[in-house]
Amino acid sequence: MRRSLLSLVLLLVLALVAAGCGQDGAGSDAPAPADQGATFPVTLDTPAGKLTLEQQPARIVSMSPTATEMLFAIGAGKQVAAVDSNSNYPEEAPRTDLSAYEPNVEAVAGFKPDLVVYSDDPGDLAAGLGKLAIPALQQPAARTLDDTYAQLDQLGRATGHLGEATQLAATMRAEIARIAAAKPAHQLTYYHELDKSLYSATSKTFIGQLYAQLGMRNIADAADKDGSGYPQLSAEYVVKANPDLIFLADTKCCAQSASTVAARDGWGDLTAVRTGGVVELDDDVASRWGPRVVDFLKTVAAKVETLDPAGS
Amino acid sequence: MTVTERRPGRTEVVPEPRPGPAGLRAAPLAVAMAGLAGAALVAVLVGPVRLPPGAVLAELAGRLPGVHIRSGLTRQEAAILWELRLPRVVLGGLVGAMLAMAGAAYQGVFRNPLADPYLLGAAAGAGLGATLAIAYGPDTSTWPVDLLPLAAFGGAVAGVVAAYALGRSGGARTATTLILSGVAVAAFLTAIQTYVQQQKAETLREVYGWILGRLTTAGWREVALVVPYALVSTVAILLHRRLLDVLAVGDDEATSLGLNASQVRLVVVGAATLATAAAVAVSGLIGFVGIIVPHTVRLVAGTSYRRLIPLSLVGGAIFLILADLVARTVAAPAELPIGVVTAFFGAPFFALVLRTARRVP
Repeated sequence: MRRSLLSLVLLLVLALVAAGCGQDGAGSDAPAPADQGATFPVTLDTPAGKLTLEQQPARIVSMSPTATEMLFAIGAGKQVAAVDSNSNYPEEAPRTDLSAYEPNVEAVAGFKPDLVVYSDDPGDLAAGLGKLAIPALQQPAARTLDDTYAQLDQLGRATGHLGEATQLAATMRAEIARIAAAKPAHQLTYYHELDKSLYSATSKTFIGQLYAQLGMRNIADAADKDGSGYPQLSAEYVVKANPDLIFLADTKCCAQSASTVAARDGWGDLTAVRTGGVVELDDDVASRWGPRVVDFLKTVAAKVETLDPAGS
Repeated sequence: MTVTERRPGRTEVVPEPRPGPAGLRAAPLAVAMAGLAGAALVAVLVGPVRLPPGAVLAELAGRLPGVHIRSGLTRQEAAILWELRLPRVVLGGLVGAMLAMAGAAYQGVFRNPLADPYLLGAAAGAGLGATLAIAYGPDTSTWPVDLLPLAAFGGAVAGVVAAYALGRSGGARTATTLILSGVAVAAFLTAIQTYVQQQKAETLREVYGWILGRLTTAGWREVALVVPYALVSTVAILLHRRLLDVLAVGDDEATSLGLNASQVRLVVVGAATLATAAAVAVSGLIGFVGIIVPHTVRLVAGTSYRRLIPLSLVGGAIFLILADLVARTVAAPAELPIGVVTAFFGAPFFALVLRTARRVP
């Protein structure tokens, strides 16, 4: 009851805002940096088949935090009407209580979107939007950095910001290459923690490939016989493997920190704990495949540098 | 259902040390204890990290008072043994013992072979408590104890208390009304839990992991948390095991024999709930133990609760220690969820026992 009332109010407010935006949006967006992407209609290849957009979308709903970050990074932020409850970056994203885990087609449709971007579809979101003839673009979790660049490219085409998207991808490539060039002389081992029951990510996952850019070796690889990419490690094994670095991607979800790791039974003597090699990551940055992967790599590289006197 | 060695009119008496033919009780218990020692030894010697067995034995013996042996284990290996592997074996044994004992006790007081420790809303209550702690709990990283086990414990107890308070029909609490009110309470609590999970979808994964059960991060802290409740409830249920035999003939008959059926049920359910809540608090919801172990014991050693309760205690410990051994070694160095192991190995094993024994309890 309260939620539907809230949605109604939001809808009214957004309708007004959008009416305002639409006017100056048409003025400022149309002559966007000269690029061929601003020509519509465009046809996009999606996991669900071809998707044709007749005109430049002006009311995008993003149900994926990564897509939200990408949209704002390529200058399409003004066209975004609503983002899901987990899209907490950037600050100016119009966050709503839309749930990406339990998507409600009616609630999404309430924002009158002309494009919906999502990554997972647990509740027939795409089918529902299809019935309402609302274009839906799926951008599933990237498996490689190339997937990230491809998604940026696709969002650029879909929103009429291909030039900015191409430029962003080029900048990211250059930055990542620069960071990778400074990789340490000797191979460091690491453990990437997803939660405190010791779920980890191997080097074949997206995040693992980022660490591999720095030539690091992942202790979780030995535990991934079924190839899921996300094995649960046994504590004995982590202690025995004694990684040089421990990266905590569970600081927000599970309140883990260098001090809670040091206090775990049997972990106090680990090299990483004794030498300050426990790195507290931002869960969000470490779990998204958008433009901030560069920030993530910088954090990791900065830590690696402090541990590797010979590397510079 | 047969009742053996029933002693009408002596229900207030504390059990004697040797009721019935002594050999009948001593032998199976001795076998079970030997099995427990063997399982514990194997579980301590085998793990995802290979420790030299001789050195492990020397290290263990070296801790005995008056013994001075240098085991040759490195500091790291000693930490793995003492801080990771040993507490996990001990906790697995305790949790298995509590769940199997509580299951046997529940089957007794409710005269229902399908009763398990989670029957009266303990699982639903613990699940709700854990979910609330995960979703809304404050940051407890600086607290001496985690909020999660306390919330799960409180939830389990609250669930059973609610079922018990509701389960009264016509002034009396019969087994049937209690079970039905347990069903109602469980459904209600599960509804709330599902709602909270919907609201806080980012907690789904942690809640799910908790529901599957885990001993992965077991330490001495968890052992210390369980031991007091385990002691109290074990003593209480062991003292009542003879009365469970009397109760097996039915409430009316038991009453005519001078037994206050409602009161016995209250005490036993209370003790079994403490045991279950303590186990659930540290290990999540591990299924099957509370059903498989007591029934297997029944098929092997008979249906008298005087034998069933102590043998279920030991059998539960053996079963869970071995299940956890599988969980941490089969995919090593990865872990399997222990709830999957108990069901995967427990169910077929139980079917096998049922077929070979050809005696339906």
